[in-house]
Amino acid sequence: MAARGVPAEACVGQVVLPGDVLLLPAHPDEDAERLRLGASAAPRGRLLCGPGLRRSGAGLLVTKCGLLRHRQAGGGAAAGGAFWVDSQQKRYVPVKGDHVIGIVTAKAGDVFKVDVGGSEQASLSYLAFEGATKRNRPNVQVGDLIYGQFLVANKDMEPEMVCIDSSGRASGMGVIGQDGFLFKVSLGLIRKLLAPKCEIIQELSQLYPFELVLGMNGRIWVKAKTVQQTLIIVNILEACEYMTAEQRKQALAKLSGN
Amino acid sequence: MATAEEEEDGGGGGGCCLRPFSCEQGLLSRPDGSAAFIQGDTSVLAGLYGPGEVKGSKELPDQAALEVLLRPKVGLPAVTPRLGRGGGAQREQLIRRTCEAVLLGALHPRTAVTLVLQVLSDIGSLLSCCLNAACLGLLDAGLPLASLFCGVTCALRPDGRLLLDPTARQEQEARAVLTFAIDSADGKVLAATAKGSCSAEELQQCLAAAQRAAATIFRFYRDSLRRKYSKW
Repeated sequence: MAARGVPAEACVGQVVLPGDVLLLPAHPDEDAERLRLGASAAPRGRLLCGPGLRRSGAGLLVTKCGLLRHRQAGGGAAAGGAFWVDSQQKRYVPVKGDHVIGIVTAKAGDVFKVDVGGSEQASLSYLAFEGATKRNRPNVQVGDLIYGQFLVANKDMEPEMVCIDSSGRASGMGVIGQDGFLFKVSLGLIRKLLAPKCEIIQELSQLYPFELVLGMNGRIWVKAKTVQQTLIIVNILEACEYMTAEQRKQALAKLSGN
Repeated sequence: MATAEEEEDGGGGGGCCLRPFSCEQGLLSRPDGSAAFIQGDTSVLAGLYGPGEVKGSKELPDQAALEVLLRPKVGLPAVTPRLGRGGGAQREQLIRRTCEAVLLGALHPRTAVTLVLQVLSDIGSLLSCCLNAACLGLLDAGLPLASLFCGVTCALRPDGRLLLDPTARQEQEARAVLTFAIDSADGKVLAATAKGSCSAEELQQCLAAAQRAAATIFRFYRDSLRRKYSKW
């Protein structure tokens, strides 16, 4: 109740709770009634309402607990940009375009069923692999790990994954190899690791070479030269969610000393 | 772990204060969200699963199916008289409807949300403690909510004085025990339940006291979540 109707700018970087109302700066030349907020069709200079926020009357209604974030629009308009709530959660909800790691659970005719950690299994066509044709089927077995992206993901329909981009190239997607280690972390940590110039990844890469796949659904697959090295990476990644930069550097220094 | 010492100024005489309360979020590793809420010596642990896969018959085409399970410390949920008449089923219903009122279930149709409330110790005001644990569990799981809610229990003593957040002994001595679920947006009542008899004026008094106490609880929610996110 105390934070009802606060200007959105004042809350950026602060914790917001469901029920809070964020007021937007007035922009008289825009008709609020006609403003349509589509993820793809938002024209430059208009406001985008990201995860955890909904439009309500004059402002934005917060629906998730977390830190309010803001990104200025490229056009430089005063009222433009995007607001969203950066929250810490464990359950994944499929979003179109997200890259995820899934586990094949069934082969049903033309499609594979893939568990991605959402409320429903995603479907993956056998033709959605690079170089796959009706005659040349990809070698995918039940239990395999798949790195792919969502082509269809909305609340009313079964999500659909593909392992090719729009030009038909794999671009890193497909079945993940035999060895390696898969584990789960919170969705907030994944977003942190996938941020450009993530310090954690940069510091780890100086330790020794390893392969790393990050799925937006909270799954991480790691493979290093030996099992021991793989597990060290896993332990660091699992622990770094609650470590400060200082603590992490100390832990890594201890490892590189060995 | 966050704690709050409470010193609510009593409008209608003495005894108008809440017992010290505290909470802890994300303490269980398996559920998608978890929270423990402790009010005095009463404590409840909430585990939240969802939005997850739904079993055939429970599936709703337009919204998430919410299920609430209230588990007593010992014995079976359905036959535990401590949980009220008809076992815990009535309380489960009340908590479910309260959660449904704030949960934006339309954003996750054809999914299941399961809330498990485990009573750890019950020394009075159990239902309000369950409601508070449920709200913090929903927040921890990151489910979309229209607003927050909290539970406040009031007891009317035989001498007509009002007591907030009573202990089990005070509940037994009381003429009437009322529990309200209050919404954070406008301080409106989402659910109310009463045991015993009271006049309409007394009901209004209890409601006003509960709404004042709710403001304190919402401040506490905000502080404990700030603390949680400051570590992140």
